[in-house]
Formats: sequence, C-alpha cells, structure tokens
Amino acid sequence: MSTAVSATTHDSTTHDTTAHDTSAHAARPARRATAGLVEIHGVRKSFGTLEVLRDVSLTVPPGSVTVVLGPSGSGKSTLLRAINHLEKVDQGFVSLDGALIGYRRKGSTLRELKEREILAQRTQIGFVFQGFNLFPHLTALENVVEAPVSAQRRRREDVEPEARALLERVGLADKADARPRQLSGGQQQRVAIARALALRPKVLLFDEPTSALDPELVGEVLEVIKDVASTGTTLVVVTHEIAFAREVADTVVFMDDGVVVEQGTPTEVLDHPRQDRTRAFLEKVL
Amino acid sequence: MSTLSLPQDESRQLVPPPGRHPADPPADPPRGEDALPLESLRIVPARHPGRWVATAGVAVLLAMVVSSLVTNDRWEWDVVATYLTWPSVLQGAWATVRLTLVASVVGFALGTVLALMRLSRSPLLRSVSWTYTWVFRSVPLLLQLLLWYNLAYLYPYLSLGIPFGPELLYFDTLSVVDKFWAAILGLGLSQAAYSAEIVRAGILSVDQGQQEAAASLGIPRRRQVSRIILPQAMRSIVPTAVNEVIGLLKGTSIVYVLAYGELFYIVSVIYGRNGRVVPLLVVASIWYLVLTTLITVVQYYVERHYAKGAVRTLPPTPLQKTRWTVLVWASRLSGRPVPDAVPPAYAARARVGVLTRTARTSGGPA
Repeated sequence: MSTAVSATTHDSTTHDTTAHDTSAHAARPARRATAGLVEIHGVRKSFGTLEVLRDVSLTVPPGSVTVVLGPSGSGKSTLLRAINHLEKVDQGFVSLDGALIGYRRKGSTLRELKEREILAQRTQIGFVFQGFNLFPHLTALENVVEAPVSAQRRRREDVEPEARALLERVGLADKADARPRQLSGGQQQRVAIARALALRPKVLLFDEPTSALDPELVGEVLEVIKDVASTGTTLVVVTHEIAFAREVADTVVFMDDGVVVEQGTPTEVLDHPRQDRTRAFLEKVL
Repeated sequence: MSTLSLPQDESRQLVPPPGRHPADPPADPPRGEDALPLESLRIVPARHPGRWVATAGVAVLLAMVVSSLVTNDRWEWDVVATYLTWPSVLQGAWATVRLTLVASVVGFALGTVLALMRLSRSPLLRSVSWTYTWVFRSVPLLLQLLLWYNLAYLYPYLSLGIPFGPELLYFDTLSVVDKFWAAILGLGLSQAAYSAEIVRAGILSVDQGQQEAAASLGIPRRRQVSRIILPQAMRSIVPTAVNEVIGLLKGTSIVYVLAYGELFYIVSVIYGRNGRVVPLLVVASIWYLVLTTLITVVQYYVERHYAKGAVRTLPPTPLQKTRWTVLVWASRLSGRPVPDAVPPAYAARARVGVLTRTARTSGGPA
C-alpha cells in the first residue's frame, strides 16, 4: 500500500508523503532519507485515572516532517515523550526502523530493556524541550559536546570541531563559551537544537519548541528547524505555529482528547478539515 | 482644600512630578523658578535622622564593650597571649582540625551515598537509608562517642572475610578503634545522617527537566548524577554543608569525654593545673574563631565556583569590591568620570555626587 500514514480512530485522510505534488511544497529540496521510520501502534497511556492516550497509531515515514496540532491536554506531548521512552506506555508499542523502543523481542516474548540499553536507543532520537533544559552550569559548547562524549563514547577532540560547526549552523558560533543564562530564549533553544543534533539522531522530536519564547524570537528558532528539516532527518514537531506547519510539514496530525482526529497534508487538514473538532480548533487559533 | 496640601509652586520646585519627562511639554506655561531646566536643579538627598540616632547608640555600646575588655584585669590578656601559641595548645588546635577534616569527609561521603540510596527505586535501600538517618539523628552524639569507644566490649575482635563464610583478616578491636577512630566514628557517622538530608535536599532542588534532558540525550545514569545533577545541587548544598562543618568543628570539643587531646581537652587540662580558667577558655575561643573564619573564606570561594551558570555575572571578590570602591571615591572627590573598569552598579554611586557637584557649580538660582 502506498499509504504511509494511517490512523485507527477515524476515517482520516491519507496520502503519500514521498510523492506529494502539492504546489506549497514544490520549492523544498527533495530529501533522501533511508532511516528514521517511526511507527506507533495502538498506544495507550494513563496518568492515574486520566487516560491521556487512547489507542493512538501513527506512522512517520523516514525524512518526513510531521506537525502535531491540538488543544492543550490532548496528549500531544505525551505521545512525543512516548516515542523516546521518557514516558513508558501502558499498551501498544513504538518502533524506530523496525526496532522496538524499550523492548527486545525474543521469540514470542518481549523483554523490557535495561536502562543502559534504553539510554543507548535514545541517542538515535533527539528531543528538544519547551523549556530548553540546557545544562546551566556548562557553556554552550560543553552542552553540545557532553552527550556524544559520554553517551556515544566518542573522543572529545573529534566531537569539539563538530560541535562548533553545529553552533555555527544555528548561528551561534560566537556564543560557544557563553552559559545558557547569558543567552536569550531563542539562542538557548538554538543551542538545545544543536545539542540534540550532535548525536546525529535519525529522528528529532520538538515539544512546543517556541512556546516559551517571546514572539520576536520565535522566527529564529523556526528558521533553524526548517534548516534541519531540509537535511533528511525525520522530524515530529508539536507546535501551535500554524504558518510553520503550512510551510514545512509533510503531514499535519490533529489530536484531541487522546486520539488522532485527523491527519493529512497541510492543505487538507488546515484548509479543508473534515472533522468538526479540527474546524473548531482551527477557528480558535487562526 | 485641606491645610495639608503644599502650595503648588513649592512642591514642583522640590521634586519633579512623577511620570513627567523633561522633554514633555509642560502642562501650563512655566513661571519663575519653574522655568529652570531639570538638569540644573539642586538634588537634596533624603535625610535619615533615625539611622543616625541608632548608629550613635550602637557606637556607644561598642565603646563600652571595648573599654571593659581593656580595663578589666580579670581577662588576663597577658596569660591569653602566652598560651595562644603554647606548643600543646597548637597541637590541640591541629588535632581539632584533623578531627574536623576526617569526620567531614567520612560524613559527607557516607551522606551522599545515603542520599542516593534514599532516592533509589529499591524499597530496601530507601528504608535502610531512612532508618540510618532516624537512628543516628536520634541518639545524642555524646552517647554515640562513648558507645563507639566501648566497641571492644561488644566485639573484642574484628575480622574481614566473606559474609557467613571464612574470615580472612583478623584485628584486635582495641588496637583498631583507638580514641581518634572512636571519635571519627562517632562524629562522622552522625554527621552522615545530617549530610544525607542536606545532599538529598540539594538533589531535589535541581529542576526535574535537567535529569530528563540528560536521559533524553542518553547520558549514562552515573554520569547524569556526577556531571549534571550534583554540580547544580552543590549550589544549595554548600551553604548548609559549611554550616554543618562549622558545627562539627565546634562539636569536636565534645570528644574531650574520651580524653582525646583536641583543643578544648588540652586547655581544660592546662587550666586544671594552673587555675587560669577564663584566660584559657578565651584562648580556645580565639582558636575556634580563627578556624571558623578560615572555613568561611573557603566557603566564599566554593560558592563562587558553583555559582557559575546560576547567575549571569559572578559576584565580585572582596578584592575587586575594595578596588572599585576606592576608584569610585577617587572620582567622587576629584570630579573626574569613573574609569570604565568599574561596573555600572558601583559607578552609579559616584554619579549622585558628581551630579550634585555640577549642579552646585553651574546651576543655582539665576
């Protein structure tokens, strides 16, 4: 089947992300990605009695950009955190390029991975937080260098030039020795993106990357994300920036109340929503 | 109108009305002195008569204290001076320093382990840590010291070996747990109970997002603690921890019950012989004061080290503060602008004076 995206809960729109021809995307350079396929199957998650994810399934093709929209409390962030196992799901599973996240299959049994192995898996999945979560006692450069050295056991001498190049790519070459509190919110978030990229992840997850920023700083962060999007890394972005979704996303997923309500191309979901809930949400935010 | 309100003209002359910018067009055409530009007005600093009265009162009290210290012969300052550097007193002070150092290291090392146990996911580790803290915080230090000193009564021999299996090494308890080690066990183990809580509080004070970020980057668990969590926790650990070390320094005086030759035991032996009780107590006090001062200086620099990243700019060292204050006063007196090396916060103090000067020379009523 040519369909790369599917949802269980509704008769959602499906489309082929690798061969789309919508004019809105014509200008974007073609991505050639072979790795970074994320599959989410029947995921459920409850916090106490509150069920925040109710049977969510989603396929994110390699190299694609998926934007997840939805009102607060709809389960977007939890879904994102489930992808890199920061949140352990109650049911269902998540896999990256066919390998289960957090488990190992042995015949007919699933074995939970040890923390060390989960940590190793996470190096393939970068995560950018709403609140940046940079390490305040380390400089920008040390923030970027830390994980490749301690998690991937690479040599500091090899990592450092790479880290400087990454900082330059996000426009912060001159801030390598500054500590996070000496940087603006937008600069901090750009360092955080460089830090996530330093592990050369197959997938990069963004949890409302611009929500904690002053309006005039949002643009610089979105520019960096666009730049990353053009490199063939799979991106899943939870955001409220509709314009960004329209410009960059291959797929827009609308979530509400723990389920995927609707998904499709930006034109389909944003301009011609099929579901009333999507329409109601878009009317409020647009 | 009420009698309390000032005449309009006079109030405007003293203080520019709030929210009015010099560039703003005046509400009504200026008359008389109102016509003067704001920059040329004389600034009268606020007066604080209460502060002066309080200062004078405290100064008198201070003078009384100093005079009584000097005039009362019973302080016997000559005796104090003699014994302050007496060889056995110096040895006692050194013994106190040793006890404090070793007990602090034992206390905080074990305390950190206990804190991590308390935060572990294993219920057994958690409850063992809790019980340890409970027991060692409950039993008075004096009792603990005496118990450790009597360890040989409970266990005449100590051995190292495989649990419930063969013994490999064999010790006579009395030869291992001498006075020094009994003191270290007593001080260190009880200190660990307090340190555990301090370290735990420090770890809890670090934002949850830090651990999450480290985990999302795949940084190994041990490295998360040593590189990300603890360095940030240190900022809230250090002030309380130093409090504890100072407490421990003074607490070592309790070891005199074991007749161990630390500072307080030594001076008590001396005054037992020569009867000069008060001067010798003063000698011990001075030494405790000196040692505490040293610890406080160390604390300042340790805190400064861990403040990196927590504040945008580090607080200045006492040396920098002194230099800047001198420069500010120099410019205040000479009327020259403050050098660029002085940060704006300090330079601002000079500006008040400079402004007053210029106002006095160039301004004034026409």
